[in-house]
Amino acid sequence: MTDPVRPLAGAMPDERGHFGEFGGMFVSETLMEPLEELIAAWEAAREDPAFQAEFDRDLAHFVGRPSPLYFAERWSRQLGGARIWLKREDLNHTGAHKINNTVGQALLARRMGKRRVIAETGAGQHGVATATVAARLGMECVVYMGEEDIRRQAINVYRMRLLGAEVVPVTSGSRTLKDALNEAMRDWVTNVDSTFYIIGTVAGPHPYPAMVRDFQAIIGREAKAQMQEQAGRLPDALIACVGGGSNAMGLFYPFLDDEQVGIYGVEAAGDGLETGRHAAPLCAGRPGVLHGNRTYLMEDEDGQIIETHSISAGLDYPGVGPEHAWLKEIGRARYESVTDEEALAAFHDLTRTEGIMPALESSHALAFARRLAPTLPADQILLVNLSGRGDKDIHTVAAREGIQF
Amino acid sequence: MSRIEAKFQELRESGRTALIPYVTAGDPDPDLTVPLMHAMVEAGADLIELGVPFSDPMADGPVIQAASERALAHHVNLRRVLEMVRLFRTRDDRTPVVLMGYLNPIEVMGYDCFAAEAAAAGVDGALIVDLPPEEADGLLPRLRERGLDLVFLMAPTTTEARMEKICAAASGFVYYVSLRGVTGAANLDVSEVAEKVAAIRRHTDLPIGVGFGIKDAESAARVGEVADAVVVGSALVRRIAENLERRDAIVPAITSLLGEMRGALDGA
Repeated sequence: MTDPVRPLAGAMPDERGHFGEFGGMFVSETLMEPLEELIAAWEAAREDPAFQAEFDRDLAHFVGRPSPLYFAERWSRQLGGARIWLKREDLNHTGAHKINNTVGQALLARRMGKRRVIAETGAGQHGVATATVAARLGMECVVYMGEEDIRRQAINVYRMRLLGAEVVPVTSGSRTLKDALNEAMRDWVTNVDSTFYIIGTVAGPHPYPAMVRDFQAIIGREAKAQMQEQAGRLPDALIACVGGGSNAMGLFYPFLDDEQVGIYGVEAAGDGLETGRHAAPLCAGRPGVLHGNRTYLMEDEDGQIIETHSISAGLDYPGVGPEHAWLKEIGRARYESVTDEEALAAFHDLTRTEGIMPALESSHALAFARRLAPTLPADQILLVNLSGRGDKDIHTVAAREGIQF
Repeated sequence: MSRIEAKFQELRESGRTALIPYVTAGDPDPDLTVPLMHAMVEAGADLIELGVPFSDPMADGPVIQAASERALAHHVNLRRVLEMVRLFRTRDDRTPVVLMGYLNPIEVMGYDCFAAEAAAAGVDGALIVDLPPEEADGLLPRLRERGLDLVFLMAPTTTEARMEKICAAASGFVYYVSLRGVTGAANLDVSEVAEKVAAIRRHTDLPIGVGFGIKDAESAARVGEVADAVVVGSALVRRIAENLERRDAIVPAITSLLGEMRGALDGA
């Protein structure tokens, strides 16, 4: 373990996008100059009060921020132990945290004069959030989605089409999120002059991991102020699910230097880490290079990327944001995993005891809280990022329980 | 003198343009690759680019993606590709072989181990699509130590400032990607290529190869007028894909296209 610099926030990435040994810009030469242009545009926008004001205004009036901080009193009492608070990103427009980032990137695209946006999507949440902002700004929108995911998420596909987006089925490789990302990269390299690529998570080449984190950090900044206001102190630990890791980075980032606050990222253990059928690169993978950055990956002994498994399509990704890899390496965050079964149990728990139906992705964070809370005294506070709502997952849950509509 | 340097010197002395075919190692099956390499040399190839299969070939179009999938179905990994080069070298010690692929399989093998084993197998260089010079500090010196060249790409989006940086890191030859897009795309603009190649020449004395979008004798000849080397990949790999049911037809299908290109380049 290396001795980290303090403060942690703002220390990474370096100017070439490295988080310690992770991150970077591992892309084909055609994309290097467009990425340099994006870095310059993002750095200028970040310092521009007019851009920030417009972003803040859109978050307030289009997304519906601030999202509430909610004390899950009944569930906490039932579990017995630490008190669980929920950051309600599920109440955002389009039903998840994804919109924070697409609003930001679309404003940046417009500022750069790009009229066409593209995106990759797994469960369809990022695709819907991208199609939504494209509709609002009158931009052409193309979303790449694995053929297998299109089959699993028909309603989100139709939703994107209603919003005017073209949804392109990806038939290469495993036909899921990683292949959709490959295909979006191929589109970008072909149409690089006209097109802005809206990546949906804190992965990809620099500046995406830092830029997406900064757009999502509104989650943690709000939560920190709300905790002080509503509970009179900071939480003892943060818990968020990690696929690519954008909702988690958004929550964690403003707390990195509050050393008394523990940080837990929760990966998808699928059928169980021991079965190999999971999506937990930080817990069970190793470092490698994919999709423009060095990070933990699910790969075989030859360095080929292997198929992942999770009941949650949004966590079904073989890589993870490089800043998470770095936080693991320096020991600032701990990464745990929960199985499909545990996530489903938490899904039912929260629905029945609090009247809140969480997304299956967020159910992974809840499942870890469910495991941790009873081991802690009642004066402890766990803050869980409820990153999305569960309506989109009703068919998956029903199918799992043998129910046909 | 390296094999690459010797080959380009010989070509320069005879006033010829290099013809560089690309095939994916192990496509359509591992046993065909070495015989195919020899046949390509007989048909006029000056240097061979041998693709290392990867599960997520982001810079490649559908034709080469499919080739990677066919090779991976036979579990062709980096070690087996090196074995193929070793076997090729038992009969051919003059034709340079450059491995082309993505960084991750090399990361997994380890940079030192890759450099040592590639050199021992008779590999002359590597072209790693997702490794720009900014990220090459770890691998570059290890390859140099073993006498291997790292071949860098330049693209229509590459600025003069980047050309300078890339040419400073490059050895062997440099490779200009002739279009915005993936391998096998169709929008080749030869006058833009000529302009860019002239700009690159202001930054380096290394030979300049041009690839992406060259599909027949005519496009090879036009690009050959401005470049030192012409790289053809997808057009050859497509001939493999078209003949999967008739394995015996694959080598002749490829050598006949290469032969036409050789003739066009030599002005026959």
